[in-house]
Amino acid sequence: MSAIYILWLRELKKYSRSRAQIIASMGQPLLYLLVLGFGLGPVFEKAGSGNYRQFISPGIMGMTVLFTSVFSGIALLWDRQFGFLKETLVAPVPRIQVMIGRTLGGATVAMIQGTLIVIVCLLVGFRPVSLAMVPLGFVFLGLIATVFAALGTAIGSSLQDMQGFQLIMNFLVLPIFFLSGALFPLNNLPKALAVVTALDPLSYGVDGLRATLIGVSHFGAVTDAVVLVCVAAALLCLGAWRFSKIEI
Amino acid sequence: MEPSMIRVENLIKKFGDLTAVNDVSFDVQKGEIFAFLGPNGAGKTTTIKVLTTLLKPTSGSVELDGLNPVSHHNEARKAFGIVFQDPSLDQDLTAWENMNLHGVLYHVPSKIRRERTETLMKLFELWEKRDTVVKQFSGGMKRRLEIARGFLHTPKILFLDEPTLGLDPQSRNQLWTHVKHLNETERVTVFLTTHYMDEADRVAHRIAVIDHGRIVAMGTSQELKQQTNTESLEGAFLALTGSSIREESAGSADQLRQMARMFRR
Ligand SMILES: Nc1ncnc2c1ncn2[C@@H]1O[C@H](COP(=O)(O)OP(=O)(O)O)[C@@H](O)[C@H]1O
Ligand SMILES: [Mg+2]
Repeated sequence: MSAIYILWLRELKKYSRSRAQIIASMGQPLLYLLVLGFGLGPVFEKAGSGNYRQFISPGIMGMTVLFTSVFSGIALLWDRQFGFLKETLVAPVPRIQVMIGRTLGGATVAMIQGTLIVIVCLLVGFRPVSLAMVPLGFVFLGLIATVFAALGTAIGSSLQDMQGFQLIMNFLVLPIFFLSGALFPLNNLPKALAVVTALDPLSYGVDGLRATLIGVSHFGAVTDAVVLVCVAAALLCLGAWRFSKIEI
Repeated sequence: MEPSMIRVENLIKKFGDLTAVNDVSFDVQKGEIFAFLGPNGAGKTTTIKVLTTLLKPTSGSVELDGLNPVSHHNEARKAFGIVFQDPSLDQDLTAWENMNLHGVLYHVPSKIRRERTETLMKLFELWEKRDTVVKQFSGGMKRRLEIARGFLHTPKILFLDEPTLGLDPQSRNQLWTHVKHLNETERVTVFLTTHYMDEADRVAHRIAVIDHGRIVAMGTSQELKQQTNTESLEGAFLALTGSSIREESAGSADQLRQMARMFRR
């Protein structure tokens, strides 16, 4: 247990020491929030779909947590490159504990980053419909963080070097974001798109955030939670398995 | 007869077409200091990685304290400590945090952890810099920290992969004094690799000369000199591995291998 704790703590320390990076990584969500929020807002409202800024705020929260948690998992590649990974791999600690410590650390960092974005959303005018539901919103943030930190660990364990990174970014992480309904409603989509969005775990995360924060949902909050828990469990197993196979 | 702490039989490790370790066998007894002496690319690090569960052997068998590191990696990892050839510190953490993290991973109780960290960091002249992020350390300081960290817990088997690479003479001295002390007082078995003749000569009870993935000779420093009819271990080493610089053409590599084979008979 102490191994899990110290590796979790390591992720938090590294995060808290990268102030410049924390601020830099707020840029992208802020841009989406402002440009899309104000740019597409009028069209969205004219179509009778309500306030767009209210609508995309949960999507941007989901996006932030997605990116932060996947990256923290992929940071495994840096640890491989700079050599620290070896130190943890030969230690007399079951690898599953090393993996869990890292992954939970990454998920926690993503939660913190997500919380910062929640604050930014509030500052630019986002208002949750019910304060009582806000804690449940954070539960969904945590589920998204866990799902994608585990995915990041699985990916980071499988890549040998940074070359595969761009590929993963363009063909996995960005599609997960764009196909999740973070930016558009999931109702009345063309059949093919509806199928793909339903296969994207982030769809359920963002939907859960909308259900709890703005009272709008496509799948229903219970379905969202059940799907996310199952996907998280599956990805944690996948991540643990990939991690146990690492050779250096 | 002491029990074997390290036993390697017909170990082969291939990376694609390249055979990095080619049919290597040796035994290291409890309490022994055993050295792998060989030029760059000889397969020393690869052998250590197989022994320390970082790589799986292509074929052959290995045992650490009677345990198979391939099938019983968790148990085997409890038996050893290692100082890597390549960097393995977390650059974003401070020196003290690196030591502490290691101590926690190796289950060193917190009081002992703090005391030993202080003693070792003072010994390797890092105590003043304990709260500095490792990124800001010079190469020599990083190396000293790796060594100090390796001594934080006392394993049954200590692997040292070119530990003196990049160390100043004072720290080298500290290192070998400490290694000998651990070996004599705690009967720690030591497996070290080096390409410095004088070190192998000075600290190792037994030396295996390895070249192109094969052990070409094994014995005490004295025995190696006798076998090759040379005065110094350096002479013996050159006689065994040839005087060519590495990365030579296949032709001369084959000649060397032939020479090695002749020598074995
Ligand atoms: N991961 C790897 N992939 C491919 N080749 C490798 C790998 N690791 C080592 N090698 C090769 O195996 C040989 C032995 O390397 P190594 O064991 O590091 O030698 P030494 O430690 O004796 O200098 C070298 O030719 C090296 O290039
Ligand atoms: Mg080496």
